[in-house]
Amino acid sequence: MSSDVRFTDFKSDKQPTWCPGCGDFGTMNGMMKALAETGNDPDNTFVVAGIGCSGKIGTYMHSYALHGVHGRALPVGTGVKMARPDIEVMVSGGDGDGYSIGAGHFVHAVRRNVDMSYVVMDNRIYGLTKGQASPTSRDDFETSTTPEGPKQPPVNPHALALAAGATFIAQSFSSDALRHQEIIQEAIEHDGFGFVNVYSPCVTFNDVDTYDYFRDSLVDLADTDHDRHDYDDAKDVILDSDKEYQGVIYQDENSVPYHEQHDVTEDMSVIPDGAPEGATDLVREFY
Amino acid sequence: MAADFNWAVGGEAGDGIDSTGKIFAQALSRSGRHVFTSKDFASRIRGGYTAYKVRTSVDKVQSVVDRLDVLIALTPRTIEENLDELHDDSVIIYDGERTTMRNVEIPGEMVGLDVPLKRLAEEAGGAIMRNVVALGAACAVADFPIENLDSALEKRFGDKGRKLVENNQEAARAGRDHVAEEYGDLEFDYSLETTDEDYVLLNGDEAIGMGAIAAGCRFYAGYPITPATDVMTYLTGRIERYGGHVVQAEDELSAVNMALGAARGGARAMTASSGPGIDLMTETFGLVATSETPLVICNVMRSGPSTGMPTKQEQGDLNQMLFGGHGEIHRFVIAPTTVSECFWKTVEAFNLAEKYQTPVYLTADLSLAVTEETFTPDTFDMDAVEVDRGFVVDESTIDEHRTESGGFMPHELTEDGISPRTFPGTAGGAHMSTGLEHDERGRRTEDTEMRIKQVDKRNRKVETAIEREDWSPREFGDADAENLVISWGSNEGAIVEALELLAADGIDVRVISVPYVFPRPDLTDAVAAAENTIVVECNATGQFANLIEHDVLERVDRINKYDGVRFKADELAREIEAALTEGMEAHP
Repeated sequence: MSSDVRFTDFKSDKQPTWCPGCGDFGTMNGMMKALAETGNDPDNTFVVAGIGCSGKIGTYMHSYALHGVHGRALPVGTGVKMARPDIEVMVSGGDGDGYSIGAGHFVHAVRRNVDMSYVVMDNRIYGLTKGQASPTSRDDFETSTTPEGPKQPPVNPHALALAAGATFIAQSFSSDALRHQEIIQEAIEHDGFGFVNVYSPCVTFNDVDTYDYFRDSLVDLADTDHDRHDYDDAKDVILDSDKEYQGVIYQDENSVPYHEQHDVTEDMSVIPDGAPEGATDLVREFY
Repeated sequence: MAADFNWAVGGEAGDGIDSTGKIFAQALSRSGRHVFTSKDFASRIRGGYTAYKVRTSVDKVQSVVDRLDVLIALTPRTIEENLDELHDDSVIIYDGERTTMRNVEIPGEMVGLDVPLKRLAEEAGGAIMRNVVALGAACAVADFPIENLDSALEKRFGDKGRKLVENNQEAARAGRDHVAEEYGDLEFDYSLETTDEDYVLLNGDEAIGMGAIAAGCRFYAGYPITPATDVMTYLTGRIERYGGHVVQAEDELSAVNMALGAARGGARAMTASSGPGIDLMTETFGLVATSETPLVICNVMRSGPSTGMPTKQEQGDLNQMLFGGHGEIHRFVIAPTTVSECFWKTVEAFNLAEKYQTPVYLTADLSLAVTEETFTPDTFDMDAVEVDRGFVVDESTIDEHRTESGGFMPHELTEDGISPRTFPGTAGGAHMSTGLEHDERGRRTEDTEMRIKQVDKRNRKVETAIEREDWSPREFGDADAENLVISWGSNEGAIVEALELLAADGIDVRVISVPYVFPRPDLTDAVAAAENTIVVECNATGQFANLIEHDVLERVDRINKYDGVRFKADELAREIEAALTEGMEAHP
């Protein structure tokens, strides 16, 4: 791994087509900087992207990558990491990808605690399809498909993660570049599933959850006496519906990642050009 | 047909039917006899009716037949369910002291052997061994030395302690002795001779699992579903010994995407499922193909549509595998025709997937998957396994496949359509794979010219595969016969045995058994040369027959079975004969 990797090495030659001012620019910059800062380079990094505005990140970043089926980014990342424990795996997607069509996978990826990071670009809206309610939209948020609001409570992704046994839960804000990058870095360095929900405002379709709103309401846990290793502290923060927080909400100090639990350590891309040694034992079992 | 012996044990789910049958099958196999097994089972944990059937001969057996010689019946229903197969000389072993069997009627001329299974088992050490007592009784009827059962009992119970093995061996002897003492005056016509041959006994799911490991598959993700689960349970605990891993995913959407991820990581990866799970995996199928990811998806077919008959035979998913998914998706569909071919075609599926960077459906039908069959061990000669990973470039050659600005080209436009592949970690190889239409570097494009070039490139891979690979069918019978029978999947064994029966009636048949559904062999000449062509398959609409008609531009006759039960050799012979006679009446 070269030590002179710059974050721009993670940039592809495709110019992003996100709307000017979109939170995803800042989110992506933080991801690239965090990857470079943790000693990774594009050739040993695998980024999995979902579908939606956030899914375009696979095109704008430069690394090994897969831009897949809507909602299935986490299983893809899981497969990559199991086959290649030596590769840094980062999965990204939007709130629709992760908490709606892919919600089932989210819960189980959290449970598995595979050693990878998961960055959700949460703008509380479906942007690419031009403004419908997302699973994190407020219950009175009026959109073309919910003219009177969804009238259902938004998904609380941190609570979902905590309930599923998460070992790392964090929240960042795309506009707070330094803190965002630090938090992503911590997720990468975490021994297990590093989950970061990123407030990444949609400037075109969401006039409620705006930059101003987050700037005014966010409390940085780093400025409080919050203990990230204290489960009850984490629970209180996560269930507090009156405030928005950023920072690492919870981290299990004793996290044992999947590959250690299951002793999955080999680079599976390397195989012999015939049957593996000892394969005849398999035939003998059938005597 | 060889002098064969047909045996079954039947009762309720939860009665230990499966393990009892397996012990008998193993005893036969270990004493140098060929074995072919089949199962009647239901989708329930307890109750209902379930049976394990064994056909055995010193010669190769590869089908079930419509005949049952000895039946161990734990329930009255076991007898009712098998009335069609039982005959006047059949022997039924039952426990008349069991409340439900007390007043059981032995039909017609059949011989009923009332053996106090439970009581004798208790005397030997525990009621749980009553089925083993029945096995001992069956040995007496079949004139099969009880010592042959010993090693199978050893294999089954050996890891649970000496005492248990000995108790079981004693229980078996108690059953044998009871028949000798109480029914010594009866003469049974059976004598199961043993040979010095060594055989292995395995089913199609196990053969697929073993083939996967042999081929270098290191990653398997799946979600349990009948009748594909056995592939997963086989791999679990075994693939790890070769550096691999099995994940039980949360659903089939996840399973196929995990396998896709592992394949992008450079591993040989597989998933297996059955119809309902294949439906879910179809979501990702187009991505696998468009991103040019090598992946083997195993479909162990069961009766559909919807939940259908989950434990019953059908070959109903052919159209789904050929056409499933939106857009036009290139793919290979391979359907092994025997248990041993399940092994070899799995190896081939992995090579095809990687050489052509294409998804491969590997399909076995339920009958093939659950059938245990004997083979000589060298049938699975591991030294003959070849692994061809296709066009993989490393750091020494990667520069030949980069653009001037340095971007690697995973979808490079080549003459044969096959582009270079790199695994993560290869310096200079970073690239994105996507379900979007893309340029040579894998970057999204909607450029009309590039769209055409990439579509043509992907289709050209299939043309290349058609040219380079051997897609020949398997042939049996009389190559010059005027009657042609075509089949795919597991029907082969029944047809091959039916050939002998038909020949005895003076009917010569040429059989073409097709393991390659797509690409498939061109049968135009064969159909043209035949007077009568019949396509045999286990579905109602003749999905394979339709393909053949499409290929050869000629109508064919069909024999379709969709009652959930596989073809039996003797029954199929009768049907083929009837179809040919009808054909002759219709076209004199």
